[in-house]
Amino acid sequence: MTAPYTPGELLAVMGARQLRDDTTVFAGVGIPLLAAALAQQRQAPRLTMVIEGGIVGPQIKPGRLPISTNEMRAGHRAQMLPGITDTFLLAQRGFLDLGFMGGAQIDQHGNVNTSVLGTDYWRPKVRLPGTGGANDIISLCREVIIVTPHERRRFVPRVDFITSPGWLDGDGSRRRAGLLFGGVSRVVTTLGIFGFDPETRRMRVEALHPGVSLDAVRASTGFEVLASGQPATTEPPTAEELEILRALDPERRFLG
Amino acid sequence: MKAAEYDYLAARRRLEAKAKSAGEKLTTVEDAAARVRDGDVVAAGGCLFSRTPMALVREVLRQRRQGLTLVRNLMCTEGEFMMAAGAVERVVTAWMSIGLPWGVSRVMREYVEGGKVAFEEWSHLALGLRFRAAAMGVPFLPTLTMLGSDLVGVAGMKTVTDPYTGQTLGAVPALFPDVALLHVHRADRFGNCQIDGYPHMDADIARAAATVLVTTEEVVPEEEIRRQPDRTVIPGFLVDALVLQPFGAYPHECYGLYEADFEHFQEYTDAIQAGGVRAVADYLDRYVYGPASYVAYLDLFGGERLARQRRFARDLTG
Repeated sequence: MTAPYTPGELLAVMGARQLRDDTTVFAGVGIPLLAAALAQQRQAPRLTMVIEGGIVGPQIKPGRLPISTNEMRAGHRAQMLPGITDTFLLAQRGFLDLGFMGGAQIDQHGNVNTSVLGTDYWRPKVRLPGTGGANDIISLCREVIIVTPHERRRFVPRVDFITSPGWLDGDGSRRRAGLLFGGVSRVVTTLGIFGFDPETRRMRVEALHPGVSLDAVRASTGFEVLASGQPATTEPPTAEELEILRALDPERRFLG
Repeated sequence: MKAAEYDYLAARRRLEAKAKSAGEKLTTVEDAAARVRDGDVVAAGGCLFSRTPMALVREVLRQRRQGLTLVRNLMCTEGEFMMAAGAVERVVTAWMSIGLPWGVSRVMREYVEGGKVAFEEWSHLALGLRFRAAAMGVPFLPTLTMLGSDLVGVAGMKTVTDPYTGQTLGAVPALFPDVALLHVHRADRFGNCQIDGYPHMDADIARAAATVLVTTEEVVPEEEIRRQPDRTVIPGFLVDALVLQPFGAYPHECYGLYEADFEHFQEYTDAIQAGGVRAVADYLDRYVYGPASYVAYLDLFGGERLARQRRFARDLTG
């Protein structure tokens, strides 16, 4: 029997499994950071975490998870605290293999909106917090994975505003805009793992989590999700993975 | 974006005409903040709730400045205070709210959605490069970030063609603020400043701004600076005014010295949740306009609370 788990735990486990050893990851606070810390304790002991507040190689103190990327908790026992600008420049130089990010609104080409809802930027219907480092992470890392709850209101055909460019309109448009490398490789959600068609760069199903049907994905997605045949099923979170995560976040601040 | 922000020749002339003294810089927070003028472009150091120049922000509000542009890479409660006090007409930032547990800033939403404050958004790196370009004295820096996004249009970033490869690059314009507000760990009385922990963007901001105002946790003898000159990140001749202000970032954090007061953030956001943005006006009466001195302000939190926050900081960085 598999242990029951929360949506937050599912996202952290599935995110962690994407990480490879001997690589670098640009991680935000919350689930992405927990996922990176989990991967470090399992398949990727030689993974280096970089946090945008200006932190290289932190060790997360269990129970004292950081609330922002720029505070003491985030830099606990770090190897280096460069300035913010210099931290991002490591990514511009090409030192960051993977970027891990969330997003308020995401569309079928992997574009992310964390700026405004509505059509007039200067008089928005809803003003969201803004890009922070998300635009830089998606522009500059070798590869980006988006980790997000799967909800119809988030998965829209076209974002109201492109804060962070995924594949733009597909068909090479990202490259034509001057972004000569990188892009969104995967979207890890509470329902499954998604990739992008290599030509059109439209989102497609790669695997579904245990007990999730294609119909459930379609009902929670505001655009047509591509699928060929019956997608694979992911392995559910193991007891060991859950134990490590729960020890990192005993207050369940991010795991829910 | 205003053209004066990236006019590197005007910024250079302004600096050439200014005294760059190695002399005494210590003064009062009132005298320091009085150098901020209505309509100035003001850059604040630190980041989000880390090393925010709270004592200077508080005094700028007490002096009822108006029409300011506040520039800060990630904005937190200080930005909300400035909006609610009617001090700012524009913010230039990459992100604004308090932190993930407290959701999207309701104050920001009301002022920006209502058209009372313009939110000029740049990516985090792009804003860092705007300060870096100004610190280098050049009009712009080429970059690979922000291209292809809708930020390009709203921020007004232009592109250039690489003269060597022909590729399209972002051209991030310099940002020369009128005034920098900074908080540091230690300085001598001549304004030679040292920062522990996160450098954030302070060193670039100090080089970019026309006027530099600094509060410090500690004023140390000149000898202490000279013993560890490699730790100095802002030389004294850049600094116009220096104010001794322990807990000068509170309730935000100062690396290694005190942790941010998350309970206070919770009380503050609870009040806004219950009473709307008018709760911020009450907060300003109680914490900004009311207490006549910074000591009286800190007394509102109490010595026990401050001592506890010091312990938390030691646990994390000791």
